[in-house]
Amino acid sequence: MSFNVFHALLIAVAAVYGALWFLRSDHGTSANTFLRYAVILAASVLVLAPFAWLVAATFKDPDVLNEYVFFPPLSEWSSDTLNFKNLRVLFEPRQTSAGTFTFWLFIFNSLFLACAQTGLQLFTSSMAGFALAKYSFRGSGLVLGFILGSMMIPPILLLAPVYMIIVNLGWIDSFLALIVPSAVSGYGIFLFRQAMLGVPKELLEAARVEGASEFRLYFSVALPLVRPMSGAFCLVAFLASWNNFIAPNVFLHSTHKLTLPVILQQYMGDYSSQYGVFLAGTLIAILPPVILFFLLQREFISGLTSGAVKG
Amino acid sequence: MNRRRVVSAWLFLSPFLLVSGVFFIYPFLWATILAFYQTSGALHSVFVGWSNFRFVLGDPEFFRALRNTTIFAFFSIFLQLPLSLGLALLLNTRKDRWKGFFRLILFSPHLVGPIFVGILFSVLFTARFGMINRFLHYISGHGLDLRWLADPSLVMPALILTSLWMYVGFNMIYFLAGLQNVSDDLMDAARVDGAGPWQRFIHVIVPAIKPVALFVVIMSTIGSFQLFELPYALLNATGGPDNAGLTIVMYLYQHAFESGDLGTGAAVGWILALIIFAISMAQIRISRGLESP
Repeated sequence: MSFNVFHALLIAVAAVYGALWFLRSDHGTSANTFLRYAVILAASVLVLAPFAWLVAATFKDPDVLNEYVFFPPLSEWSSDTLNFKNLRVLFEPRQTSAGTFTFWLFIFNSLFLACAQTGLQLFTSSMAGFALAKYSFRGSGLVLGFILGSMMIPPILLLAPVYMIIVNLGWIDSFLALIVPSAVSGYGIFLFRQAMLGVPKELLEAARVEGASEFRLYFSVALPLVRPMSGAFCLVAFLASWNNFIAPNVFLHSTHKLTLPVILQQYMGDYSSQYGVFLAGTLIAILPPVILFFLLQREFISGLTSGAVKG
Repeated sequence: MNRRRVVSAWLFLSPFLLVSGVFFIYPFLWATILAFYQTSGALHSVFVGWSNFRFVLGDPEFFRALRNTTIFAFFSIFLQLPLSLGLALLLNTRKDRWKGFFRLILFSPHLVGPIFVGILFSVLFTARFGMINRFLHYISGHGLDLRWLADPSLVMPALILTSLWMYVGFNMIYFLAGLQNVSDDLMDAARVDGAGPWQRFIHVIVPAIKPVALFVVIMSTIGSFQLFELPYALLNATGGPDNAGLTIVMYLYQHAFESGDLGTGAAVGWILALIIFAISMAQIRISRGLESP
C-alpha cells in the first residue's frame, strides 16, 4: 500500500481537529464545527462521485474509457480522449418494425407518457381532494378510508390481474395501458385534501354569492391557493412516471413504443462491449428530472415543509 | 348542504372512482380468485385450489428470495436509517447558510430512477476498472479484483451499498423535517442542567422525532420488501449468480410474466402483502410498547 493524497488528507483533517480541540478557547465548538463540515463534505463527495463518473464516461473516447477513473489530465485533453463518439452511436438511426428511428423517439415517448400521467393525476387528484375537503356528504368518510386503505396494498399484487384486464381490453402495446390505469393517485388525493382543508370557507361562499359554478370554485378559487402543493406533487408524479419500469416493460412490446428505462435496460445487453453508449443514454435519461427539480425546488421544499409543520 | 352541491362533490370524485373501480377494486378481487387458478398466459386458466400456495411455500427458490429480501430490509433499517439520522443531526443547526445546499446534494440521487441507478452501478462495480474497486484499492491497497456482481457472497453487499447511495439522503429529508419539532428551549434547558450530547439525544431529540422515525421505518420496510428494479438492472434481468440477488418481487415477476403463470404470481403477491402487513403491525405495536413501558 502506497501513501497517497487521500491518506495525507485524512491526516490533515485529524491534525486540524486535534489542534482546534487542544486550543479549545470556545469549549470545542470550532473543533466540532470543523468535524461536522468534514463529514458532510465527505458524504457529499461520495454522493456526487458517481454523477461525475457518468459525465466523464459519456464524453471519454470508448478506447480510453478505462484508462482514467474520471476525466483525463488536462495535458491529455484532445479529440482522441474526449469526444462525442458514444453519443453519436447512441443517436444512430435504428431499424424497428415501424420504420427507422433515433434515440429521440424514446426520449419523446418517455416525456409524453410522464406529462400525460402527471397532468391527469394533477387534475383528478386535486378535484377529488377538493370534494373531500370542502363538501360534507354521506360516503365521504368511506371514500377517504378506501383511499388510505388502498395505499397499504403492494401494487405488484395487482399487476397480474391488471395485465389480464389490459389483454381483454386489447390495450397491450398501446400507451392507453399506461395512461388510463395511472390517471388517478390515492396518494395525490390525500395530499390535496390536506392542502385544501386550509382554503377558507368564506372565500368559497363569497364566490358562490357572486354566482360562480362549483367547478369554478374548484378551478379558480381553491386550485390557485394550493399552488406550492401542486408543484411538489407534479415533481413526485413526474418522477414516478419517468422512472417507472415494470408497467412499460410488461405492457409495451414494439421497440418504437418503449420508454427510456426499458430501452436502456435492453441496451445493457445490446451494447455490452461498448458501455459508453448506454451510459450516455443514462446521463440523458436523468437530466429531465434534475432540471425539473431545480426549477421547482423552492415549491418542492416549501411543499415538504408545510406538510411537516401541519404534521 | 343542498342537492346540487352533493352532486358536484360526486362529480369531482367520479374520475377517481371510475378508474380505481376498474383498475383497483376489480383487480384486487380478481387477484384473490386468480391465486387459486393455474394460468398459462392471460386467457387460459384452470381451478387448482391451494396448489399455487403449496407450490410457492414448498419452493426453495422462494425462501431464497424471502431470505435475500429480509436481509436487505434489515440493513435498510439498521444501517441506512441511522446514517440518514446522523447526517440530519449534522445538518440541523440553527443558522447555517449551507444547509439548503448540502440538503440538495445529498437528496439528488433520489431523482435517478432505480433502473438508471442499477445500470450505472453495474458498471461502477466492474472488477479492475470499476470506480468502486479503484477507490477501495486507492484507500486500502486491496480490493481491485473483487467481482461484486459475479461472486454470490458479494451480491447482497453490492445491493446494500447501492441502496445506501440512493436512499440515505432521501430519508435524511424526513429526519430533518422531524428535527423541526425538537424544542430549542428544551435543548437549552437540558444543556444548562448538565446533560451531555448523548443524554440530550436520548431524552430530548428521540421523543420529538419518534412519529417521523416510525413513519420512515415503516416506509423503508414496505419499500425494501418490494425491491425489484434495482437488482433487476444491476444483475441484468436475472437473480444474479446462484440467485444470490433474487427478491420476492423478482420471483413473482419471473413466474407471472416470464413463465406466464399469473396464478402463482397472484399467490406470491398475497403472501407478500400479508408479510408486509404483519411487519408493519408489529412495528406499530413495538413503538407503542416503547411509549408506555
